[in-house]
Amino acid sequence: MIVYLLCFILFLTGLYGVITRRNLIKIAISLSIMEFSSFLFLALIGYVDGGVVPIVDMADPVKTYVDPLPQALVLTAIVIGLATTAMLMAVIIRIYRKYGTFDIREINKLRG
Amino acid sequence: MKGMTIIVKKTTQLIAGIIFLYGIYIIIHGHLTPGGGFAGGVILAGSFILLILANGSDFLNLVREESGSTLYENLSILVFLLLALTGLLAGAHVFFANWLPHGTPGTLVSAGFLPLYNIFVGIEVAASILTIFLALIIFKEEVLR
Amino acid sequence: MNPLIPFFVAVPLAGAFLTMILGRFIPHLNKSLATIILLFLTFISFWSLFTTGETVSVYKVGGWEAVNSVPIGIYLVLDGFSALLLCVISCIGLMSVVYSISYMARYSSENYFYALFCLMVAGMNGVVLSGDIFNIFVFLEISTISSYALVAFGVEKNELEATLKYQVLGAIASFLILFAIGFIYWKAKTLNIADIRTAFSEGHDARYYLLVQILLLSGFGLKAAMIPFHAWLPDAHSSAPSPISAMLSGVLIKAIGIYVIIRLFFNMFEITEGMAIVITTLGTLSMVVGVFLAIGQWDIKRLLAYHSISQMGYVVMSVGIGMLLIARGLRSEVAALAISGGIFHLLNHAAFKGLLFLNAGAIEYSIGTRDLREMGGLAKSMPVTSATSFAASLAISGIPPFNGFFSKLIIIVAAVMGHFYFLAAMAAIVSIITLASFMKFQRYAFYNKEQGELKSDIKEVPVPMLASMIILAVICLLLSVLAIPGVRETILSPATDILMDQMKYSSHITGM
Repeated sequence: MIVYLLCFILFLTGLYGVITRRNLIKIAISLSIMEFSSFLFLALIGYVDGGVVPIVDMADPVKTYVDPLPQALVLTAIVIGLATTAMLMAVIIRIYRKYGTFDIREINKLRG
Repeated sequence: MKGMTIIVKKTTQLIAGIIFLYGIYIIIHGHLTPGGGFAGGVILAGSFILLILANGSDFLNLVREESGSTLYENLSILVFLLLALTGLLAGAHVFFANWLPHGTPGTLVSAGFLPLYNIFVGIEVAASILTIFLALIIFKEEVLR
Repeated sequence: MNPLIPFFVAVPLAGAFLTMILGRFIPHLNKSLATIILLFLTFISFWSLFTTGETVSVYKVGGWEAVNSVPIGIYLVLDGFSALLLCVISCIGLMSVVYSISYMARYSSENYFYALFCLMVAGMNGVVLSGDIFNIFVFLEISTISSYALVAFGVEKNELEATLKYQVLGAIASFLILFAIGFIYWKAKTLNIADIRTAFSEGHDARYYLLVQILLLSGFGLKAAMIPFHAWLPDAHSSAPSPISAMLSGVLIKAIGIYVIIRLFFNMFEITEGMAIVITTLGTLSMVVGVFLAIGQWDIKRLLAYHSISQMGYVVMSVGIGMLLIARGLRSEVAALAISGGIFHLLNHAAFKGLLFLNAGAIEYSIGTRDLREMGGLAKSMPVTSATSFAASLAISGIPPFNGFFSKLIIIVAAVMGHFYFLAAMAAIVSIITLASFMKFQRYAFYNKEQGELKSDIKEVPVPMLASMIILAVICLLLSVLAIPGVRETILSPATDILMDQMKYSSHITGM
């Protein structure tokens, strides 16, 4: 139970970073911390007591394996997270070119 | 962009080929060992990025390189979709059917279509990470011209 | 198995990458390819709508059949509700592509625009068709990441700031959804929606389901821009290029927000009264707060974006009323009326909000400003734009014979018949305030004579933009035909039935 709680604490750390940090790069890194916590949670769910790595060994095929489906979900989700982070980085670099600063308090032209 | 010192250049000349080969190994053994298309593609892209960073490159070379990697990326996804569509014609007549002979499990040539899918996904991931890197570098270089 | 189903996802995906390769060599290939692909999608989606009826078609990707009646493999499911949304996506997408043939001519790199557009349409089709929750997440991410790039398309300061806010909030929502998927898998040990329904109907730990429902409602509520998760919508929808605003506001928040909420809360979870009250409250809040925030706006696209929040509130409130009546076990025909009113309003809103955003884009194309205080007297110089804009404003305010009147009438009648008099009164008041807001928009944009001398050389917009706006205005009139009981039976009733009958969806899929 304690490992799942630690995953959630990691999520909240990332959320704290997104909310309170002023530098855009730190916000992007905090978003990455949040997404890694959800990957960790997904991978931990598939644990079976006494299970081994889910690779079938031809010599001894009948054993208790750890659930491989969450691991496949995490692989897909990692690639999606890569795409999200790359998109965010591209937008942040363009914002730096236009506004001249990474400070999020300066980027407030749209309001109302 | 400028390259790095001569020690870095010589070391990467030695290492980049080994990293490339390692990436191909991870891609091809995707149905036997952990890894597969995504992880192998990232390693493959790593070898290219290492070479570009260590040796430096000027702007026109980077633009030409980027048009090449975009072409590889789109082409390999189209081939992937084409392979998936062939499932409609043979085998179970559904999308993504695995109709090549399955072979004996545990050897390299087995599991039907899976090694082919892994190869094309690996090329695609490598090309797309290279494109992302080049796009960001080109944007920085564009301003300095 | 229906062989058309994978083409909804595969054809736009192939088109996007084909555009990227060949678009550099062949001029004008990107526009023609995108138009042809969306025409093809419109044809097969309308064909699917008229042939699906009450059946639930399941497509098992890869040919993996169910083992011991446990579904393994990826399922693509087409039923009445999905078919309706597929029609909306392809229709509004076709209009946006035709519009952007001339609108996007002033941007460079049009290749990327059409490729990203096709990718977004492929992602939305995938969300609507998928039969298991992780595929919903993957296709959701495909369409959302494409929409981030499309919002920031002409890289001005406004657009970059808007897409930054959109991205950060959208990423938080996606990770909440991923957490919820983890919780669902932990309990149910399967990812198929129908199978989760049968797994959830056995155990009864109500607090676990509450946690999962709150996480899912927060995540998808942010994608659907309900209050209090609406903070990204005004910036993103007003700064994007106009055809993208029409797609975002007219289709994206419906296909990946409202559709998934309705599908999961009706077909995956059992309907509880607490959740029904929460959804109804969120819907009413969105309705009221959205319209009050919209009145004071002077930027036309920001005004339209806030009205999107309000109209989505109508849909969610109506669906919530249906859920509440089902949960209490009363009067199921009133619940059916409420749900079909909500779905009807969803279709209508796609049509008239898309048309309104295209009109705003036409105004901006001719004049170059979006501020209401700087316009005036456009009715003489832009007759077609002002006529279609007038039609759309009447439609959204609920004036007969346009479609908005009939859907709002059905919602208010259902609320009154279910004894929710306060909600019916709120709906009527919000409709009147919407009418006031759009009368202001019409007067300042088109009929104001005071600034006539500054705008002497304004012409009408080019033909592709006109064609798409006229077709959408005609669709607004034609959609009111859906209120006739005979037509409603064939088109809206399959969608309502599959949602209301609690075990029909899962029994069709796990029985196959």
